[in-house]
Amino acid sequence: MRLTWWFRKNLIRIYMVLGFTYLFVPVAYTFAFSFNNGGKSNLVWKGFTLGNWQNPCGAPDVCLALGNSIRVGLISTVAATFLGTLIAFALGRHQFKGRSTTNTLIFLPMATPEVVLGASLLAMFLNLGINPGFWPVVIAHVMFCISFVVVTVKARIASLDPRLEQAAMDLYANEFETFRKVTLPLVAPGIAGAALLAFSLSFDDFIITNFNSGTLTTFPKFVYVASARGIPAQANVIGSAMFFLALFIVIAGQLVNKRKAR
Amino acid sequence: MADASSSTRGDLRIVDVTKSFGDFTAVDDLTLTIPEGSFFALLGPSGCGKTTTLRMIAGLEEPTQGSIHIGNTDITHTRPYQRPVNTVFQNYALFPHLSIFENIAFGLRRRGIKDVKEAVDKVLNLVELPHLAQRKPVQLSGGQQQRIALARAIVNRPALLLLDEPLGALDLKLRRQMQIELKWIQTEVGITFVHVTHDQEEAMTMADTIAVMNEGKVEQMGTPADLYDNPKTAFVANFLGQSNLIEGRIDGNDGDNFVVDVFGQKIKINKNRSHAKDSSVLAGVRPEKIRIQPAGTAMSGNVLTGGVISDASYIGVSTQYQVEMPWKQELMVFEQNDEGGQPLEKGDAVTLSWEPVFTFALDGREDAFAGSEVHADEQ
Repeated sequence: MRLTWWFRKNLIRIYMVLGFTYLFVPVAYTFAFSFNNGGKSNLVWKGFTLGNWQNPCGAPDVCLALGNSIRVGLISTVAATFLGTLIAFALGRHQFKGRSTTNTLIFLPMATPEVVLGASLLAMFLNLGINPGFWPVVIAHVMFCISFVVVTVKARIASLDPRLEQAAMDLYANEFETFRKVTLPLVAPGIAGAALLAFSLSFDDFIITNFNSGTLTTFPKFVYVASARGIPAQANVIGSAMFFLALFIVIAGQLVNKRKAR
Repeated sequence: MADASSSTRGDLRIVDVTKSFGDFTAVDDLTLTIPEGSFFALLGPSGCGKTTTLRMIAGLEEPTQGSIHIGNTDITHTRPYQRPVNTVFQNYALFPHLSIFENIAFGLRRRGIKDVKEAVDKVLNLVELPHLAQRKPVQLSGGQQQRIALARAIVNRPALLLLDEPLGALDLKLRRQMQIELKWIQTEVGITFVHVTHDQEEAMTMADTIAVMNEGKVEQMGTPADLYDNPKTAFVANFLGQSNLIEGRIDGNDGDNFVVDVFGQKIKINKNRSHAKDSSVLAGVRPEKIRIQPAGTAMSGNVLTGGVISDASYIGVSTQYQVEMPWKQELMVFEQNDEGGQPLEKGDAVTLSWEPVFTFALDGREDAFAGSEVHADEQ
């Protein structure tokens, strides 16, 4: 009787613990094995070491792949965020012929299977005489990141009260000043969020990258190739570091928001 | 404080302005002059075109036809930021990402004024909120935001300040207080205020001149007392306060008065207060102007006999009676509770009377209920 009562009272909590366990066991496993003294293969626990963390570039080519991923990610993010923001403003603020068609087409890359996108892009690049490599990967990433940027930024623009811009114009700000002093600062959190999303999508992408990268090795591709022989613990180090970096950004963002609201 | 534009000063003139949205005509051939330095109210129910008029003055809408001038300058097609006009928006529209100080300084900075501190501090003192300069708008209460929105506008010393239902979001007590404060600030800064509202009490408390708008047109314009005591249309009579409008027929003359026959009884109406087109009239009298006595009491002035009280509500300062007349119309009577004695009760036979000078006459073909429904809806 008492037990059922306790169970009922804590049902949500139990559910939450189970849910988070399910979500975080793989992450915890990855983190734990970043300390494994496993040599080339990182499948069985062979003892604790800090060596992997002290020397994250220890495994051959792992940092080369990481560097490529970051370069591709940064360039794609800047390009996709810039273009996507412009598209979002056009769609969110202006009436023009073909607006609803554009709205639909923007969603298409999000809905298309990545395998199809990757294969088609490769075929297109080859037909155009462009060899797979760094720039084809960047172009492919910009292409699919734009959709996510447009959706994110457009949502922010839609929630913006048009009277704020009218107030700015009423207070002697011309169109450009209104954009720079009122519209842009208010949409900026949406643009920043879109940029983070674009970077993580680009960094994470394997399928499309694999088709179009040729000899270029990105971090996901490195892990995939390495998994055939055994993934070095350095991959776990980099993966864990990325996870904690993302966690830090989220928590810092929350704290900043809380301080602003006070 | 620097003037927004010292060259553009003077009366605001709206000349033959029409604004259509597709098939809908929001403002219909409006002509209006608002004298410099006045506190002017555009009063009307929602959808009467008052807000559209305001937005055309601000430059946020362009008139379909007609022109708008300040003094001798035609501003009809200039951009909002080129006009010496500032607006206090309905929901204040304070910039959420800027501090209160920067919100107020916004207009000054856009006009290239470098040293804004003195002007901003001065206007913050005027609205009595100097301690909030470094806060963000979300940290302020509705009443404080309202004052900051006002400060942000008047710091620019515009030729014209527009207020779009500025007190709509405030509770009743705060609204009363702000009405008095706004009036005081207007006198203090001497800027022309154009105030848009659907609240007749708010308009009457603050404005020197009120234009009552209905369906895109001005029904009547005048001082609050003028509109209340001498309405020209049934809409104005019902929208500003309450009126008893009784069908009648002009029967003859008696000096300065018309003699009007209402269902067999004769009353007098001053010719200055008659807006009748021919002999068919609606005789109007405000409920608080009527005296009520038990039937048989001798009374002077305009007297109507044969009433029976159908409802009496005691509301402290006064008692409100509904009196059914022999022609089946219910008349309203507000009686001050200042005489003591036995109050009249439901079912009592009564005689009503009032001074002829309080009577007004409207065109008999008007709808006696025009303006009364919209009014009830928005209170």
